[in-house]
Amino acid sequence: MTTLVTVLYIVAFGMFIYGLMGLTGPQTAVRGNLIAAAGMAVALIATLLIPGMSNWVLILIGVAIGTLLGVPSARRVEMTAIPQMVALFNGVGGGAVALIAWVEFRDGDGYLAEPMYFVVASLFSVIVGSVSFWGSLIAFGKLQEILPGRPIGLGRAQSALNGVLLLAAVVLAVVIGAGGTSELLIIGVLVLAAALGVMVVLPIGGADMPVVISLLNAFTGLSAAATGLALDNTAMIVAGMIVGASGTILTNLMATAMNRSIPAIVAGGFGGGGVAVGSSDDGVDRTVVSTSAADAAIQLAYANQVIVVPGYGMAVAQAQHAVKDMAKVLEGKGVEVKYAIHPVAGRMPGHMNVLLAEADVPYEQLKEMDDINDEFGRTDVTLVIGANDVTNPAARSDPNSPIFGMPILDVDQSHAVIVLKRSMKSGFAGIDNPLFYDKKTSMLFGDAKASVAAVTEELKSL
Amino acid sequence: MDAGFLANLAILVLAGFVGFAVISKVPNTLHTPLMSGTNAIHGIVLLGGIIVLGLGGAELSPLSKVLLVIAIVFGTINVVGGFLVTDRMLGMFKGKRS
Repeated sequence: MTTLVTVLYIVAFGMFIYGLMGLTGPQTAVRGNLIAAAGMAVALIATLLIPGMSNWVLILIGVAIGTLLGVPSARRVEMTAIPQMVALFNGVGGGAVALIAWVEFRDGDGYLAEPMYFVVASLFSVIVGSVSFWGSLIAFGKLQEILPGRPIGLGRAQSALNGVLLLAAVVLAVVIGAGGTSELLIIGVLVLAAALGVMVVLPIGGADMPVVISLLNAFTGLSAAATGLALDNTAMIVAGMIVGASGTILTNLMATAMNRSIPAIVAGGFGGGGVAVGSSDDGVDRTVVSTSAADAAIQLAYANQVIVVPGYGMAVAQAQHAVKDMAKVLEGKGVEVKYAIHPVAGRMPGHMNVLLAEADVPYEQLKEMDDINDEFGRTDVTLVIGANDVTNPAARSDPNSPIFGMPILDVDQSHAVIVLKRSMKSGFAGIDNPLFYDKKTSMLFGDAKASVAAVTEELKSL
Repeated sequence: MDAGFLANLAILVLAGFVGFAVISKVPNTLHTPLMSGTNAIHGIVLLGGIIVLGLGGAELSPLSKVLLVIAIVFGTINVVGGFLVTDRMLGMFKGKRS
């Protein structure tokens, strides 16, 4: 590798780090992302300048196809579908890592001629890359609702099976490390790791999916760093490690926001599978009060403060613009409107912020959970739009609930609650929500977008 | 031990700490774009595919070439798609400064 290439790599990873620093604040984020992207271009150019490169046509074909596939999907994806898009992009990254390590194996005579660090790093890449690829595909399938969102698993036997799969993959890897050269060995590792990725993600309930995507993101980062070690490529090492580290932090933050440990999430089975769902509510008065758009409008119009609690239902109904319109009318009537965003509302942390930002809701009106929870007590009406689990008081009061202990928005403390919901179906986590049966709660059934638009019309005519 | 490897290992450890330091104070609001932005960065595995294919020359078997082209396709999707989607998302936050 020439000095020029090395220097360009240093410039590139400097740009990654600087760009990432920008991503931590809303004002600098766009520029930060562009700087990181420019860093990637520098790294790409540097790589093409490595002496002795050949197979140009194939490289060009690969990059061209990748661009043709990547650009339109990134351009067209709805903001609601961002979580599965990220899962997919993450998965292909992991897949690339696994493929590269595979070729290194079949191309040389196994890893025989390679130094030990190369062997260890490559085997790590094969296993983690393959887990990440298949795990991400399953996560994509679940979020895209090609696969059922509820946990699919074997219950108790699941952890044991996963353990066996991991152990088997590691054993084969050790055989390769000890000098095994049969290609079947590495294919075995790939297949076992693939099965592990599938088996780990399948039993995980939809509510935990954001954490899983973040974890797989961290995994892909680490496997990229390992590939960088094997290929003696500093840009890959640095980029992979910062992603690995930041992914780990994000995963941790999210798990904390849900009061769940990462191992418990990976063990799966949340929201179904063995847990008695909502059983403690039996026998209590379970009548639901439903309301009309006209009544809801009157309730809202005479409030001093309204807090909107958006959830994934708002995203599905594409209701963010309608919500913004309604808020505008309310503000015109002197009602103060705020938005309470739970850290894991939607299917990705910060997902609601993206959607509301898309609808031009001012950044200052979006409140994080800790900042707004004290305000529910002096709020006249809380409007829950397609959110469920993050408002479930059972998380505070019912030790039998699977989400017990998860920090929630204290919606039930406001004077009145209007819940916009499609039907009485339980949330993504599959848990019943006592909030809906509360005396001060009224339900406005129907598509969130249509309901909000109807309320807005009623408001205008008041 | 290979001296180059040890130097790389040092870089790896330091980069890990840099990652921790940079990301530890991010508002929840930006978690989605941050995740998608870091996601794009690990698309750097694209370089791995290019290096192995480029330096492998004519000795690579046809299947190896196919696998590497797929790896490059995957890496490119990861990079290009990741940065574009992040840019689109962040564009929505921009201009919200009143």
